[in-house]
Amino acid sequence: MRQDTKMPTEAVQFGTADASPSRVDPPGAAVSIRGLHHAYGDLDTIERLNLEVPPHGVLGLVGPSGCGKSTLLELLAGLQEPGAGEIAVGGSSAGEERLAHCAYMPQRDLLLPWLNAIDNASLALRNRGLGRTEARRSADALFERFGLAGFERSRPAELSGGMRQRVAFLRTLLSGKPVLALDEPFASLDAITRAEMQGWLAAALRSDPRTVVLVSHDVEEALYLSDRVVVLSSRPASIVAELSPPSPRSADRDEAVTDPEFVAVRERALAALHEGSR
Amino acid sequence: MSRWLLPALLIAALIGAWQLAASTGALADVLGLEPFLVPSPSEIATALWENRSLLAENAWVTLQEVLLGICCALVAGLGFALAMHLSDTVRRAAYPLLVGTQAVPIVAVAPILIVWLGFGIGPKLAVVALICFFPITVNTLDGLRSVDPEAIKMMRTLDATRWQILRRVEAPTALPYVFSGAKIAVAVAMIAAVFGEWVASEAGLGHMILQDNARLEMARVFAAVAVLAAMAIALFGLFALAERRVVTWR
Repeated sequence: MRQDTKMPTEAVQFGTADASPSRVDPPGAAVSIRGLHHAYGDLDTIERLNLEVPPHGVLGLVGPSGCGKSTLLELLAGLQEPGAGEIAVGGSSAGEERLAHCAYMPQRDLLLPWLNAIDNASLALRNRGLGRTEARRSADALFERFGLAGFERSRPAELSGGMRQRVAFLRTLLSGKPVLALDEPFASLDAITRAEMQGWLAAALRSDPRTVVLVSHDVEEALYLSDRVVVLSSRPASIVAELSPPSPRSADRDEAVTDPEFVAVRERALAALHEGSR
Repeated sequence: MSRWLLPALLIAALIGAWQLAASTGALADVLGLEPFLVPSPSEIATALWENRSLLAENAWVTLQEVLLGICCALVAGLGFALAMHLSDTVRRAAYPLLVGTQAVPIVAVAPILIVWLGFGIGPKLAVVALICFFPITVNTLDGLRSVDPEAIKMMRTLDATRWQILRRVEAPTALPYVFSGAKIAVAVAMIAAVFGEWVASEAGLGHMILQDNARLEMARVFAAVAVLAAMAIALFGLFALAERRVVTWR
């Protein structure tokens, strides 16, 4: 297994300790993809892909549109079964186990318009049989921390785009699963809000590390948030380049993304992206 | 308020013109009828007031048929739509049959229902339920199928069971569709009940209309029609109000 980053060895739980004591980060929990091959009908979408993510590592995936990045996340989250090869989360490749270990945050926030923010965020807890009051209590502390205090009872339609995305992220976190699959989590936001949200996500992962697979079409976003970024080719997706950004998730985002070393890595990533799109 | 002003003025003008045309006998002349066959609005209002207890008695009979019929249609329609949604086999097998029920002319079936179910409330309920069943079922099924597949994936990754997906995502998504179906059903239910009474009945506004028409009691016929229309509008309004109270996220 590639170990190019220092990872905490202790399992850190994200606010759900009282809600789901059984969902502690298992030792050696990570993502392992070997010889993965997947097709959509006759169309090969993923070809002989090998990837490893160490526990609490953040892997960024960038690639041209339609290269199968979203499919890869759905495979990871156990929503689909691969055509060939192995995809394992937390040491298990069974679909049920992947579903149990991997939380998936789709591109759109998909907040349920008939539930208020806190009930949306605590959906996973309700699904696991917790009562409404208990589930809300578990989510309450995180609302405070994520700058959503006072908006617990607001309906999604009353929230700004950035707030909706934060509630959606909270919902993913509150599922208490060790691996997060994030599919272009900030793609729908304007540039300023997106930069803010990237800084915010970096802070959240600094204080509570998780294993993350982040799909993005924004090279800068992927390089800022990830320990390692993999550039994928157009369909069928295979690895064109692997890059290690200089200082992942540093506190000052604006400084980090203008650092000459960062800019150099970004140029390499963009070049690889062009090469892979051909 | 101005939303109501224009239609109110139009209705007032129409009634006024009718009053004038009927009370001077002009309308009867144009139609080539005896004046007593063409009642004026004031005569209809008088008939409404003088026959209020008779009208109320018969309206209650018709209202019961309509309400119970819609309830039957709701229970059957929601159940059937759910069965078709949960099982592809049921949907593929039953959908043509569902469309078929709408193609059968109720006018032709009603006499059969009388023979089978007798002269009581049974056949009227059946006619109302049969007519209301279709819009409720089709709308509910459309609503259940309009759920964003991404939302279902999201729920699966949040450990939702099939039942929880149905309860937390699919049912609320379908709710506005159910109300649409119910509102269409309410609008046609009154017509269905009157028709059921015309085939065979001992009471009800439809029964009353048929009897008074034969006796040339035209003012009372119009009075009964006015009560029917008022009931239909009130029921529709009730469903629209319920929708606004329940579907608060639209």
